[in-house]
Amino acid sequence: MKRSSTRSSSLTRWLSQNTGFAAALLLFTALFLTYNVMHPRGFSSAVAIQNANETVAIAFVAMAQTLPVLIGGLDLSVGAVMTLANCVASELLTGSPLQIVLGAVLTLLTGALFGFMNGCIVVYGRIQPIIATLATGAVAIGLALLIRPKPGGNVDDDLSWALTNSVWDLADTYGFADGGEAWWLRPFADIPVPFLLVVLIAVIVWVPFRRSVTGRTVYAIGSAEGAAYMSGLPIQRAKITAFTLAGFLAACGGLYLAIQTSSGNADVQQAGAYTLNSIAAVVLGGTSLLGGTGGAIASLVGAMILRVISFYFRILDIDPLLQPLIEGLVLLTAVSFGAFRTLRVKNQLDLFR
Amino acid sequence: MQISLSKENRPIVIASLFVGVILIAGTAYTLSTTGTAPLLSVNYLLQQLQTGSFLGICAAGMMMVILLGHIDLSIPWTLTAAAMTATAVGGDLAIPTALGVGVCVGLLNGIGVAWLRIPSMIFTLGVDTVLRGLMVAQTGGFAPQDRATPVMLFLAKERIFGVPAAILVWAAVSIVIATLLTRTGFGRSLYATGAREGAAYLSGIRTRWVIVGAFVTSGLCAAIAGVLLTGYSAKAYQGMGNAFLLPAIAAVVLGGTHILGGKGRYVGTLVGVILIVLLNSVLSIMQMPEAGRQIIYGAVIIGMLLVYGRNQRVTS
Repeated sequence: MKRSSTRSSSLTRWLSQNTGFAAALLLFTALFLTYNVMHPRGFSSAVAIQNANETVAIAFVAMAQTLPVLIGGLDLSVGAVMTLANCVASELLTGSPLQIVLGAVLTLLTGALFGFMNGCIVVYGRIQPIIATLATGAVAIGLALLIRPKPGGNVDDDLSWALTNSVWDLADTYGFADGGEAWWLRPFADIPVPFLLVVLIAVIVWVPFRRSVTGRTVYAIGSAEGAAYMSGLPIQRAKITAFTLAGFLAACGGLYLAIQTSSGNADVQQAGAYTLNSIAAVVLGGTSLLGGTGGAIASLVGAMILRVISFYFRILDIDPLLQPLIEGLVLLTAVSFGAFRTLRVKNQLDLFR
Repeated sequence: MQISLSKENRPIVIASLFVGVILIAGTAYTLSTTGTAPLLSVNYLLQQLQTGSFLGICAAGMMMVILLGHIDLSIPWTLTAAAMTATAVGGDLAIPTALGVGVCVGLLNGIGVAWLRIPSMIFTLGVDTVLRGLMVAQTGGFAPQDRATPVMLFLAKERIFGVPAAILVWAAVSIVIATLLTRTGFGRSLYATGAREGAAYLSGIRTRWVIVGAFVTSGLCAAIAGVLLTGYSAKAYQGMGNAFLLPAIAAVVLGGTHILGGKGRYVGTLVGVILIVLLNSVLSIMQMPEAGRQIIYGAVIIGMLLVYGRNQRVTS
């Protein structure tokens, strides 16, 4: 009896600490289930694959944005770094399997290096992150335009096919697990590969990072930088790592975009749209723009909410001209729910942080 | 020789020196390639400032918001919405309509940030998206009138005693903003609220109304810029404001205004705008491709801020 009461109290505590995330998760589940019920071919592998493909890039970019936001900053270059990685990948993802792997590694390295540079400018140059990344974002777009003045590119067809379809197609293309027919692969065969890729990166990059000293320091900086400094936490290392990881995750998005579209496109508008959407996704996921609370998984859910809203337009037969308006209204309404906080505040001064 | 500069003026002086460097470098380039020095002719400079006045007016409004430690990301579509509704209404009512749209958007932003306490970054972004949606919905089904009215054409293109009217409008906006900031209670409240809102509130400043005031000014400035830009390009079109958001932020910050609010002088913003406009025109004289432009643009901002925009080290 006692035990179950402590368990339920730990659940309430988790809920009270992660209200935003829980609400986002609930909202996404509701939206996604309703979508599949209404869709003529709902709950099928084909629909899931299509949805997953369209979500991957923004999901990675939103996860990238989370880290700078956690330290109380903002990275206005994530969309540009994604575009840069997209252009690099469109040059390198061809040839022998070894060359392709090397190309992918180089792409991710480009993003990580760019993020590292952002981190160094923020830490050693002591420039506000938002304005430093505004400038480096322009540099990233410039580099992307140098690499690819016109849209185009050359990406290995097998890779493109295998990574944008179901697990069965992946096995079939590369001929492992008896071409996808092995018994142990059956339960997973219909899962979209892009979904697995996002989960894989989240699990092998974000989860260990969050548990490390550096990761905890990132949260501490967002809550109270002065206190973190006085506690002897590695502030500089944490900031640089946060920006480096942001660059890496943004490059993951760019790499996938190159694989998905078989091309690179140094589009300034698109880069800006991704950056702004990433901020929206981070907020929708329940991460505070003031820093210190939230996480990349929450932003992943936020990105999925953003995308699932646009999926509805296809099945609801809404006038395409009204779609941007509805998207905007939904976004504005969703973030306005944050205003409930102001109703609970007992001391006016708590509002002015 | 020891020159002492107050911390507030240092960015302005350095940015002005850099404007000089840009002019000299650009002139050296044109002298060596064509043997002419267009950058030093008054007429050319006036022409550049005329095209820079749109950015200058946007930056003036943006500065008010940044001084509070907030940001207004809705400028692009406030500008476009003001311009498009104005041309759709047409006639004598066109310009008042544009200004009205600017005020309404500013009020909405101000209420969201001041009362609902939603971070300005995300709220103004949402408002921007909604405005874009409204404009797409408005112009999609049918084609409303998008021609600039004669007054708009006059304001944007004509010259009064040899000076383009657009520059005069920019100067008027500048005088109003500079007076607001330095000579009125509102300006002082703005600096106080930007420095520490809690303290300002306890001193009896109605900080919410200060925030609303700043956002309304920003919306109004964007609308004025929209009117001028419509006159300049003879019509209103979708996406006409997109090119102004990031340069406006950059100009304000290059002029020494602190991005977290509370510090900055209007002269700095003016110098920042002139710097960006001249940098752009020198790069286009050099026929620099877009890629090189973006890289140089980013590098200049970082370089300038490394010289004077550095924060205090966190020590407690």
